[in-house]
Parts: sequence; C-alpha cells; structure tokens
Amino acid sequence: MTSENKGGLIIEGINKRFGDVEVLKDVTLEVRSGEFFTLLGPSGCGKTTLLRIIAGLELPDTGRINLCGQDITSLPATKRQVNTVFQSYALFPHLSIFENVAFGLRSRKFADEVVTERVEKRLEMLGLLDMGDRYPDQLSGGQKQRVALARALVNEPEILLLDEPMSALDAKLRAKVQEDLRRIQRRLGRTFLMVTHDQSEALVCSDRLAVMHEGRVIQYGHPEEVYDFPKTRFVAEFLGAANLIEAKKVPGGADTRYGILRLDEEPSWTRGLLAIRPEWIRIGEKQPGENGVRARVSEVIYRGTSFDLWLEPGPLRVRTSSYRHFRPGDEVWLELAADELTVLEDDA
Amino acid sequence: MKNRLIMIWYGELTTRKSLLRRGLVFLSPGMLWLMVFLVLPGLVLVAVSFATRGAYGQLEWEYTIENYRRLMGFSLFGWTSDYLLILWRSVLVAFITTLVSVILSYPLCFFIATRKERSRYLWLTLVIIPFWTNMVIRAYAWFLILAPEMPFARLAASLGFIAEGSPLYPNAFAVYIGMVSMFLPFVTLPLYASVEKLDWSLVEAAQDLYASRIRVFSQAILPQTLPELSVGVILTFVPAMGMFVVPDLLGGAKYMLVGNLIQQQFGASRDWPFGAAISMGLMVLTMITLQIYRRRSKETDHR
Repeated sequence: MTSENKGGLIIEGINKRFGDVEVLKDVTLEVRSGEFFTLLGPSGCGKTTLLRIIAGLELPDTGRINLCGQDITSLPATKRQVNTVFQSYALFPHLSIFENVAFGLRSRKFADEVVTERVEKRLEMLGLLDMGDRYPDQLSGGQKQRVALARALVNEPEILLLDEPMSALDAKLRAKVQEDLRRIQRRLGRTFLMVTHDQSEALVCSDRLAVMHEGRVIQYGHPEEVYDFPKTRFVAEFLGAANLIEAKKVPGGADTRYGILRLDEEPSWTRGLLAIRPEWIRIGEKQPGENGVRARVSEVIYRGTSFDLWLEPGPLRVRTSSYRHFRPGDEVWLELAADELTVLEDDA
Repeated sequence: MKNRLIMIWYGELTTRKSLLRRGLVFLSPGMLWLMVFLVLPGLVLVAVSFATRGAYGQLEWEYTIENYRRLMGFSLFGWTSDYLLILWRSVLVAFITTLVSVILSYPLCFFIATRKERSRYLWLTLVIIPFWTNMVIRAYAWFLILAPEMPFARLAASLGFIAEGSPLYPNAFAVYIGMVSMFLPFVTLPLYASVEKLDWSLVEAAQDLYASRIRVFSQAILPQTLPELSVGVILTFVPAMGMFVVPDLLGGAKYMLVGNLIQQQFGASRDWPFGAAISMGLMVLTMITLQIYRRRSKETDHR
C-alpha cells in the first residue's frame, strides 16, 4: 500500500468514543503526498477529533495511522513530523512574533543562525517580516492566522494540519485567505489536511475532499466529482444546494411527481431519491424532447450573479444566469435532463 | 472657561470639584482606618526603634542608633552573627515554604481542575477545611502526628535520623512541615482559579511544536498562571517571614525565626526599642525580596 503513496498519510479503521458517544466509526482515508485534502462536515461529525488523532493530541481506540511509511499510531505529538494551525491560532501571548515562529525550532535546539534564517524566510513568504518584534495582541485576525501558519510551516512538517483555519476571519477576508492558502500549498508542494464546515472553503482549496457525517466518511474524491455525483442525500444537501425528488423505479427510469423521468443509471432501490442541482435544470418556453416538466414561477430571488427561481409544482429551485428575467406567475418548461439527474443511495 | 469644569461622568453631568468632594467622602473612612491603625503605629514604631530601653524596661526618648547596631551584630562583647543569622534564616524559611507550597500546588490544582465539576468543590473544600481550625491547635496537632509512637517518627528512628523513642520535633523539619501545611491553601486557592480557566490550546500548541515537558510548563502554563501565582506567592511569603506561632511550637529554641525574636523583645525581654528595630529590619527585608521577585516575574512575562 505504501509503494504508491510514499510520503502520504494512511488512516485505517479508526474508532474513537468519548464515554457513550461514538465519535469516529471505522474511518479509513488516504491522503496523498503533496495534495490539499479537506475533511468537510457539520460540527459534531468527528472531523476535529480525527485531526487531533493525526496530530497526536488524542489516541484512537482502534485503528492505525501511517505517515510516510511509518506507523505513528502511538507516537506522542512531540515526536510527530506533523504540525497544526489551531482554530484559535494558540499563539503564545508572552512571546514576540519572531519567537512564536521560532518555537518549534528552539524546542529542537537548532543553532541560532539556522533559527533566524528559517524564521525570516517564512516571515518573508507570508509578508510578516516587519512584524517580528510585535506581540500577538498587536496583530489583526488575518495577521495572527498567517503567524500561526508560519509557526507550523517553519518546521517543514510531512503534513500540515489546519483546524478550521478561517473560522475567526470575516467573510471578505476569508475569500482572499482561501485563495492565498491554496497558492501557498501549491508553491510549497507540501501535504495539507484541513478541517472545515464551510463548503465553499473546501471547494476552493482542496485537491480532494472527504465529507463526514456522524463519525463516518460518507464520500471522498475530487471536489467536482463529489459535487456532481453526491452519493447520499446528506452530501447533496451539505455540499451546495440540491432539489430532491422522491421516485419509484420503473423500467428505463423512475416514476416521480413530475411524471416518468428517464435515467442514465439504474437505481439500486425500488423507492428512493433523485437529486438535481438548481443550476443544471434547463428552463425555457419550448417543450424539451424528454424529461420535460411544465411549471409556474412562484418566487424570484436575486443573487447578484444569478437568479434563484422557486417553481410549482415543487418546490423546485432553479438557478439561472441573469440575462433573462422571469416574473412570478410565468409559465415555463423545465428540462430535468437524464445526464444531470443523480441517483442517491438512500432508500425512501 | 467655565464649561471646562463641567464634565460627564458615567452619564451624569457634574463638575470636577463635586466629583472630587464625593470621592473624598467615600474614601475617607478607609483612609482614616489605615491612618489610625497602620500608618500612625508604623511611625511610632520607627520612632521607638531609635529610642533607648530604660533600666527597668521602660521607654526613654533618648535618640540612639544602638538598636540597629545591635541588630547588625555589634555588641559590648564584639561582633556576633546571631541576629543576622535569624534574619537570614527567616528569609530562607519563608522562601522554602513558598517554593514547596508552589511545587505542591501545581499538581494539586491540575488534579482538582481535571475532576468532574461536582467533585471539584469537594476537593476545594478539603483544601480549605484546615482554615476552620485555630492556627495554634493545628500546630499542636502536628505534635500528635510527629509523636514518637507514630509511624513517621518510628520510620525516621529506624533510618537513624533521630534517636529511638524521640519525637520528630522540635527541629527545622517540623517547622517546614508546619509552615507548608499552614500556607499551602494561600497558594493553591488563587492558583486554582487560573488553572481552571487555563487555555489548553497553548499547551497543545507547545506539544505540537516538539516542546519538552519543562518547556510546555515554562512557555505554555507558567505565563498563563503567573498573575495568580504571584498573588499566592506574596500571600505566603510576607506572613511566613513574620510567622512566630509555628516556629515557636515546632522549632523551639533550636530554630528561632525573626517573628519569635520580635515577640521576645516586646514580651519577656521588655526591650521595645530593639524589638522595633528588628521589625524595621524585617520590613525592609520583605520589601527587598518582593522587589527581586517582581523583577524576575517581569522577565518571564517579557512585557
């Protein structure tokens, strides 16, 4: 297994419980060397616990963790080539920015010249060079976040862990930091593992992501893959918006409240759910060749770059670019094209 | 010009003058109390320390620095280190008492802070319970515990530290035991308040950054608990410097501290001027030591 994933992280069959609560249930994951991997899920799904287990701050009840071909399951945090950017940043308030960044190097007793050189290199990379003498309480949220990043990266970890790194930033800064983080990861070519509950953060940053729910990894793969082909209702609704349609299997398709819809793939259930993203429903005045639905606009919501239309019968949400205006009451034809309909695994 | 005297104070339109007047009204009872019972007696003590003892122990207002010379060890029969030794020993005992209390308090506080919320108060109560008993009685209680028949004295005797059948007091060891048990809660209680609200993410960050146990303590725990620790250190060190009940009972004549010496001068020896001079010496020493502590803790705090 390690032959194709040299320098990567392999997590196998991790279970963890706190008292009566099963926080992680048989989690198995593989993070490849040099990729930006994201654990995405709502609060309480176990993603932070998984991150802490990888950092060595918690021990799993069962399972193994392998980093760069070495079993690190029972290695304490202080011995792991893993560093973390904490959610609260956890900067040492009594130490200057320079000393904060130098902390890990000083712990390992590097010579002063090496410390100075490496710390300054990181500070410069993150645009913090003239902040070295300041203290954490003199910095803005964005600056603190970069210091936390520098403090972890200066140790050149095999894998960098980021625990909700942007949750303390305001929305506008967050969008910029997401892109910055992506660029830094690309430039360094290091393995990043981020935990977040913010789907846009996950989509912007990740090479691959895993969606977690109630202690399990439900689906993982490239962001486009997971977004386009959600496996379950939870993934479809958590990652972006989705229209869910109850259906009954019939030969060649499914029977729904919108009539018989042709499907490209055959459902495994007899009664279950179909999903379609709002932006994938085509809207027009002419009846499409197949899977057409006659509907009436009930509400129009302006979203800047697009409009969201709510339609009856439904409710069905359609997202359309703003060049065409619809009004409530307009009668339209919708096309729920077969190649855009995803068959979810959930039984109904 | 007139307008400048009018200001808004917590939503109230008022003048500086009336605020000042009101402040004085509120302050004066406390100030008066301190003046009458602390500042004035203190000044009297300063005056007395330069007075002379009469032949029958009465005060004679005859200016002299003889008391201070005596404290420094100069006497009719040449120089002796006795008094300086007692002063030095008092600093040492107070220092070690404080240090041991701090060393014992950290694990104790972490132990209590990591218990379940309900049992934490039980543990804290156990720490406080000794306070419900009079200090003298507590010191006597140690007589029982350190008595020859008790296991501690027997163990010490079998190891050859003391003679068979003798108690573990009076000696320096008994003084330290008594002092630490007397002052431990003064360090533990303030320290517990800060350990309970400790930001553990800093501890985890230090561990994540390869810090040794010592480094985790000195960089992640000590700076966070320093303000409350300082309260405990001062609450322990200052009274420990002047403590006389515990060393009197558990140390006897073998281990005299400055508190006993002062008590002796004002009591049996009826030498108030010398007693006052020793008190001055104690006060100066206490202030010097606290100043050194403040400097050191500032270095740890960096700013």
